Amino acid sequence: LVPPPRLRELIRTIRTARTQAEEREMIQKECAAIRSSFREEDNTYRCRNVAKLLYMHMLGYPAHFGQLECLKLIASQKFTDKRIGYLGAMLLLDERQDVHLLMTNCIKNDLNHSTQYVQGLALCTLGCMGSSEMCRDLAGEVEKLLKTSNSYLRKKAALCAVHVIRKVPELMEMFLPATKNLLSEKNHGVLHTSVVLLTEMCERSPDMLSHFRKLVPQLVRILKNLIMSGYSPEHDVSGISDPFLQVRILRLLRILGRSDDDSSEAMNDILAQVATNTETSKNVGNAILYETVLTIMDIKSESGLRVLAINILGRFLLNNDKNIRYVALTSLLKTVQTDHNAVQRHRSTIVDCLKDLDVSIKRRAMELSFALVNGNNIRGMMKELLYFLDSCDPEFKADCASGVFLAAEKYAPSKRWHIDTIMRVLTTAGSYVRDDSVPNLIQLITNSVEMHAYTVQRLYKALLDDISQQPLVQVSSWCIGEYGDLLVSGQCEEEEPIQVTEDEVLDVLEGLLVSNLSTPVTRGYALTAIMKLSTRFSSVNRIKKVVSIYGSSIDVELQQRAVEYNALFKKYDHMRPALLERMPIMEKTATNGPTEIVQTNGETEPSVLDTKHPPPVTQPANQVRGVIISKYAGLHLCNLYIGIPPMTAYNKNGLKIEFTFERANPNPNIAVITIHASNSTEADMTDFVFQAAVPKTFQLQLLSPSSNVVPALNQGTVTQVIRVLNPQKQQLRMRIKLTYTHKGSPVQDLAEVNNFPPQSWQ
Amino acid sequence: MMRFLLLFSRQGRLRLQKWFTPTPEREKKKIIRDMTTMVLARKPRSCNFLHWRDLKIVYKRYASLYFCLALEDQDNELLALEILHRYVELLDKYFGNVCELDIIFNFEKAYFILDEFLMGGEIQETSKQIVNRSIEASDMLQETMEEYMSKPAF
Repeated sequence: LVPPPRLRELIRTIRTARTQAEEREMIQKECAAIRSSFREEDNTYRCRNVAKLLYMHMLGYPAHFGQLECLKLIASQKFTDKRIGYLGAMLLLDERQDVHLLMTNCIKNDLNHSTQYVQGLALCTLGCMGSSEMCRDLAGEVEKLLKTSNSYLRKKAALCAVHVIRKVPELMEMFLPATKNLLSEKNHGVLHTSVVLLTEMCERSPDMLSHFRKLVPQLVRILKNLIMSGYSPEHDVSGISDPFLQVRILRLLRILGRSDDDSSEAMNDILAQVATNTETSKNVGNAILYETVLTIMDIKSESGLRVLAINILGRFLLNNDKNIRYVALTSLLKTVQTDHNAVQRHRSTIVDCLKDLDVSIKRRAMELSFALVNGNNIRGMMKELLYFLDSCDPEFKADCASGVFLAAEKYAPSKRWHIDTIMRVLTTAGSYVRDDSVPNLIQLITNSVEMHAYTVQRLYKALLDDISQQPLVQVSSWCIGEYGDLLVSGQCEEEEPIQVTEDEVLDVLEGLLVSNLSTPVTRGYALTAIMKLSTRFSSVNRIKKVVSIYGSSIDVELQQRAVEYNALFKKYDHMRPALLERMPIMEKTATNGPTEIVQTNGETEPSVLDTKHPPPVTQPANQVRGVIISKYAGLHLCNLYIGIPPMTAYNKNGLKIEFTFERANPNPNIAVITIHASNSTEADMTDFVFQAAVPKTFQLQLLSPSSNVVPALNQGTVTQVIRVLNPQKQQLRMRIKLTYTHKGSPVQDLAEVNNFPPQSWQ
Repeated sequence: MMRFLLLFSRQGRLRLQKWFTPTPEREKKKIIRDMTTMVLARKPRSCNFLHWRDLKIVYKRYASLYFCLALEDQDNELLALEILHRYVELLDKYFGNVCELDIIFNFEKAYFILDEFLMGGEIQETSKQIVNRSIEASDMLQETMEEYMSKPAF
């Protein structure tokens, strides 16, 4: 019987494959051979076969059929078998497979093996992939080994204990006694892993943290010895003694010193010493300095030490090594809130990093720059940031633009500066600006009353140059629609007024409607702007013509708007001036975030005229403002009423029914009421039927409803028209009956509606 | 703690994978794909740090191999570069002028060395000599037992 190929032979063979298909074929052949070998329970070559399987697994091929074989190898007496078996277990098994529990007994035996390297294998495997159950079963063994004098095993047991605690935090207590003299060890491996164990315990338990605070002096001493000791060949890295241990100790000191004055004071000197004496020519020294800075910033250090730390970061910023510059920016970003003034001193260096070639550094520098902007430096900083916006990669532009808007809103030294800054962003990065900036900017422009003429002029000129950047085009369209009268009257004070005629302006807006570059949303803005100009320009006929053309547009949104605007011309012309009046100043919300736009179908909120009054108290300010903006932007005109406010007829169990009123027909005795049913619950209301009854002196006609499903979460409304004849002009009363199905159950309710406004029946 | 360590070639072929937290097989494959794509796309003189999900990725190229280490927020990136360097030194001492082929043909040894240096996402031993001695002693144990059993080494 030919022995199976050795591992390295197989590797060599597979590497000769010239195509993926060839490789796959070889592997399938070998896997088949290995599988039959496993089936035959061949002990001799099991190790070799599993090793080969692990190689093939690394190439990406399935190897799950080797899982049990790994367990058999682990149970073997041969060290070679165990080594491969445990490796296989770590690569092929994890706690998701039930099979892994079979390892527990083997590991337990091996933890008590006479050979330390076998014990080491068991500890390593348990410490890498032990499941919670395994950890529970074997924690006692680990604890025993944590107290051994064999440093090779002790260090492994410490990390194994860390893993146990991570998996089963309740077991932390049992390791406490063994930690008693861990730090008295001379062996660096044990010291290091002990510090890791102590760190883990302190991070997880405030009690442990208080308990271990007494170790601070000892930790300080160990650190001091490391720094002061002469050259130690075993632990030296570029002239520094055991940097790994130093960093770990600094990290533990950070946790112990945090929010504790005494501990912080006890470590003050050593931190200052490390900060000033560490060699900074190589990465390893800077790694220690970095950790030191993080510790200084996190504990209750005295101000002198904090300034020292920030200055180290400032020096890092000037380092040739990119990694160090990156790390400095990251750290400064963390401390900019708490030590703002200290970080401000390094502002110019930080701003220089905006010009760095490295993408990661640029991003950090941008974030930090925005964090440093304040009322004093806004002009200078904005110059740099706008320059950055011009030249940076597209991946930064959206964030940068948003950052500029936020900063400008907070610290703009003047309204003119603010508008200019917005203009600059829109014209240079206009296509990257977030969609939700548009309503925010519109609000800003509206509120800068004295700048209207200047703003509309600049935006108009920008449109002449370029109509491809949608956010710019949308804001411009809106402004032209709103302030077009100022544009043609040449009233600008801030700069030389341009000479432009009404026809030229309408040309531009119509151009947007037909251009391929305009998105449907932009077209909506343009059409609405044209409509608004009908009360500001004299060329009303031209506007009427445009609006009527779009009444048959293929774009449904555009068509609906055009039809409604047509109706405005034809049937409600007397209302047109009031409706298209100048927007009032909008309240500023407290947040700096973008305005929420509440997308509605225009039927359930107060109609257009109502926006002149203060918004109803029940709705959050943000939402109402969004409603106002969306209404003006879209100018959806639905359910006009002529002075009769809408009312809530019913509001129960998530179903709300509002009535709106019309008397737009020749017979004044007929009130036309439209009901709007909305559903704020999580489930749709289906088979919805609305019925109404009125007293004998009235007559009622109920037209067909728009649908019989009231969608969940206010995503739409059901409307239905009621016509009430009231010849005797009596007070209107109504009884309504609602039936619907909700979450599978039928619901029925009766209600009286008595709160009709007097104007609806008088 | 460290979350994972990957070694891969310039063509994106995996040479070693060490996972320090339980991860489903599909997720491992996805992470490997993401890492190789991201790291191989980096310009030659970029800094060695990347942000990916909530982790810090530290990578360094040694000859034809990329070493890629994932850290949590609290971990020290600059020290991670030293960790990678230390691992390369250990491999170099063991194999004598280590190259990618050594890692390919002796991957199990690369794992054994790693398992003496790191464990559970933390550093286990900070002395180069002690790690080397442990590996040598284990190797000798292997051969001794093989000789005893008079069976061929695998």
